[in-house]
Order: sequence, then structure tokens, then C-alpha cells
Amino acid sequence: MISVAVTLARGDFSLDVAFEGGAGVTGLFGPSGCGKTTVIRLVAGLDRPDAGRITLGERVLIDTATGARVAPHRRRIGLVFQDAQLFPHLDVATNLAYGRFFTPKPARRVETAAVIEVLGIGHLMKRRPETLSGGEKQRVAIGRALLTSPELLLMDEPLAALDDRRKLEILPFIERLRDEFAIPILYVSHSVEEVARLASTVVRLEHGRVARIGTPGEVLAPTALAPSTGRFEAISVLTGRVTRIDPAYGVSFVEHPAGRIVVPGLLEREGAEVHIAIRATDVTLALGRTPQVSVRTALAGRVAKVATDHGPFALVTMELASGDRLHAYATRLAVDDLGLDVGDGVQALIKAVSIDERGVQGLGVVAG
Amino acid sequence: MFTSEEWTAILLSLKVGSIATAASLPVAIAVAWVLARRDFRGKSLVDGVVHLPLVLPPVVTGYALLLLFGRRGVFGAFLADHLGLVFSFRWTGAALAAGVMGFPLMVRAIRLSLEAIDVRVEQAAATLGAPPLWVFATVTLPLASRGIVAGAVLAFAKALGEFGATITFVSNIPGQTQTIPSAIYALTQTPGGEAGALKLSIVAAGIALAALIVSEVSVRRARRGAAA
Repeated sequence: MISVAVTLARGDFSLDVAFEGGAGVTGLFGPSGCGKTTVIRLVAGLDRPDAGRITLGERVLIDTATGARVAPHRRRIGLVFQDAQLFPHLDVATNLAYGRFFTPKPARRVETAAVIEVLGIGHLMKRRPETLSGGEKQRVAIGRALLTSPELLLMDEPLAALDDRRKLEILPFIERLRDEFAIPILYVSHSVEEVARLASTVVRLEHGRVARIGTPGEVLAPTALAPSTGRFEAISVLTGRVTRIDPAYGVSFVEHPAGRIVVPGLLEREGAEVHIAIRATDVTLALGRTPQVSVRTALAGRVAKVATDHGPFALVTMELASGDRLHAYATRLAVDDLGLDVGDGVQALIKAVSIDERGVQGLGVVAG
Repeated sequence: MFTSEEWTAILLSLKVGSIATAASLPVAIAVAWVLARRDFRGKSLVDGVVHLPLVLPPVVTGYALLLLFGRRGVFGAFLADHLGLVFSFRWTGAALAAGVMGFPLMVRAIRLSLEAIDVRVEQAAATLGAPPLWVFATVTLPLASRGIVAGAVLAFAKALGEFGATITFVSNIPGQTQTIPSAIYALTQTPGGEAGALKLSIVAAGIALAALIVSEVSVRRARRGAAA
């Protein structure tokens, strides 16, 4: 368990945050300049806070009150930079092996073979970093950090420098290392989909302060508590079970108590539970019988709340059969024309093409 | 082909140049690292002192060396009494003069290559558990190798050509302090010495060219090794 409570001031920017991260992935989420990377660097020991305390389990990494400070190379915390930062003069195999020597023997619990297999980098071992693609570099960087068997893995926007296709190539690997190596991860991102997909807890940072801590569904939902959330950032997270994978159409079907969700791409296995992030801008509301439309996903629920303080838009929050909440943006005009009010039965239509694969657990590169 | 006096001057030049380069290299790396990576009060003063031999008339540098490292100089007396290290009118003095004159060139080249390294590569090494000295040896030095080689070759070439500071500090004693430039100078002052001066000039050009080729080859190798 990582526990952070620090303050730091640099020129115009000030940071004052306190949060804890447990097992699994803790997402540090927020707009650029909110202090995410600074927090990561403080935890890694690359920068020092003006005041505060950071502990990892029982170990005090820094405590400005007592003057205790552990040097970065003794923290046993892995760091994956946004732009890999591989050693350019060493081949992939040597890059991967670099930190192993410094890991105390009893602590070496991550197996080289397993890491190479999970990250799919076996064929790259003799290559030089400059000959690798961005996605390959990032996978090697993750492997290099992982092979020191760190007690905590810090990932600073590991996908930000990659194009969408490469992102989808790496996301499943991160899910696998989260699940297979059981190393807690502090994951920095400004992408709602990535955070919703990977994190069990999300810490939302704004202007160097913690704005909110909770599950992705809670923190990433559009609320008055996070007024700076842009309308394209507001998402809902729905949890369902994979019932069918259709390779012919290239889609998967996820059963949710409120209806069937059609997801683009082939999910890994039937029966698995998945979380799906859906942007509030991608939900269409419909009353009465659904007309013949091309949308294959229609979820039934009731209007729980209509917030009209979003300029020309209204934010309609639906409560689905499962108790999950689904947020939808519509114009205030549409809300009035339909006469939508709290308690009304309503259907949510979601186009499969608008579901970002990055926001669906277990989805890799879409075929074709 | 060469008179024994000419041979002596050639060999002495090679010795003086190599020793001067080898001895100043670790110091130059340390100074370049401090200038590239550390911020402290008086940094521009240190920077200025390092560059002084580049801008001062060489004779002035030689005279300063005489004052500091001569038999009765501040450091000279101490080194002679405690370490038995005598500079004045010895080949060691020629090496010291050559090293001092080449030092700014060496520091400049190394500093530039150190500044070109992304410190986050070194930080990545630290988060992998490597202690600072290990990071320096396995990441910083290899990535700066091009600048180090370039700096060393520059300094070596400068040492071979160094004349003003050397002749002021340790004079022009055949077999002791007479390097190629001093020998050429002496030959041009002697009737019938033109042929010898020409020969030594060609040798000087040959050595300088050879040094450049060696550096080019090793830089290419380093580049293949460290595509920074």
C-alpha cells in the first residue's frame, strides 16, 4: 500500500495531495499540468517534496518531518516513462537484465521468461532500441521495470506517445501484468477510457489538488463535484458478462441486466466479466418502442436526474435495472420536446462504433 | 632519415602528448560533469578559469605555470618536497603545459556530449536499482563516449602543437623538453636547418592526421555501440 501526503511549490504551480493506493491499479487522472507526473516523480524519489511523507507498506520513503529519505535506487519502485527511455547503447536483452543484478535474491519473484512471454518481446532480444517501434519500446520498458520485481510500479502516461492502434496493442499487456504479477500499479493518464479500463481506484487531480477519490464509475461520472470535467470526458462504467463472441461480424456481446451491449472487437473469452466505459456524449435517449434503427444496443432504465446547468445541454442520469448509472448528454431542447422527467422509463441507445476499445477490458487490436 | 635529435623530439612529443591527454582526461570528465549537471554559486567563474588557457596568450599561461609550478612556486615546491614531482625544465613540465593548454578543448567537447544526454535515461537506471556511480559508469560514460574521444583527440593534437607555454615554462632543452614544435623552431634558427624543419613539419602533420583518423574510427564504433 502506497500512501502519499506531500506538498510542493515550484513557481506558479503548487501541489498539495494526499491519497493511498492499494492492490491493483490506482489511476492518477486529470488534465495536463495538474501535477500527475510530479506525484510520480516524488514517489520514485526523483524529486523531493517541500514537506510531507510517502510510505510504501511499512517503509518510509521520505518524511520531511524526521529527515528520513530513501534514495531512488533503494526504493524498489519501478518507473515506466511516457517515452520508454531505454538505454540506447544496449540491446533489448541487456536493457531487460539491467536492474536484475540489483534486486536482492529473495525478492526476485518475477520470472524473466514469464515477462518476455506476457509482453511478447521474445523476438526482439538482440535488437537495439532505435530499431524498435514505439509500442515495442514501451513493452521493453515495462518489462525492464517489471524484472526488478518492484514493490510498486509507476506508469507515467505509458501510452500517450503511441497511436491508437499501438495503445490497443499494449493495454491487454498491462491488464495481464496487473492480474498475473500482482504488483500494485500507480497509473497516470489523462484518458478516461484507459483509467476506466485499468483502475480499481481513481484519484482525480485538479490544479495540484485531489478533487476526488473513488471507483472509476464514481470519479469519472459527470458531477457537480468535478465541474471542470469537459463534456467529452464524462463517462459511465457498466459491468457485464461476455455471452457470445462473433468472429464473423467481429463483435462481442455483453449481457447487462438492462440489456445486451454490442462491443466492437473480439473479447478474450465468454463468461468473463468486463467493464465498459461509455461516454455520455455517445448515448442517445429514446422513449416508447424503439424504431427500426441501426443501433444494436438498447438499455432500459429510468430517469434518475436531469441536470440542466450545462449550457445548451442537459445531463440526464439514468438508473439501469442493475443499479448501474448511465449518463447521457442531450440538448435541453430535446429533453423538453420529449418531456423527460425523473422517474420516466427511457431507453439508452449506444452505437457500437462509438465505444472506444480502449475503454473495454480485454480488448486488443481490432482485426482489420 | 631522421637525425637522433629529431627522433628524440618526435618520441618526446608523442610521450608528452599521450601523458598530458591521459592525465587530464579524468579531471576533464569530472569538471565537465560538474559544469553540465550542477548549479552552484560561482559556476561562471569556474567556467571562466577552465577556459582561460584558450584565450590567454600562451606565453602568459607558461609564465603562470612557472610561478605556480616552478621549483619555488606555490605548488611546485610542495610537489617537489613531498612527492618528488619536479616540473621545471623536465619533460613532465612540458606535459603539464600541454595538458593545461588542451584542457578547455577537452572539457568543452565532453560537456557538450554530457548535456546532450536525457537525464531521464539516468533516472531510469536509478529506478532500476543502480547506485549513482554505477549509473555513471554504465550509462553516462558510454553515452558521452563520442564527446570524450573527440575531446581527447583535440587535446592530444593541441599538446603536439603546443609551443608558447612550453617554451616559457620549461625552455627548449634537447632530450628533455624539446618537442617537435620547439625543435622546428630551433632548426629554423640554425643555418641549413630548413630540411630538418620541413621533415618534422611533415611528421607533425602526419601524427595529427593519424589522431583524427583514429578518433573518427572510434567515434564510428562508439556510434554503432551507442546510437545516442
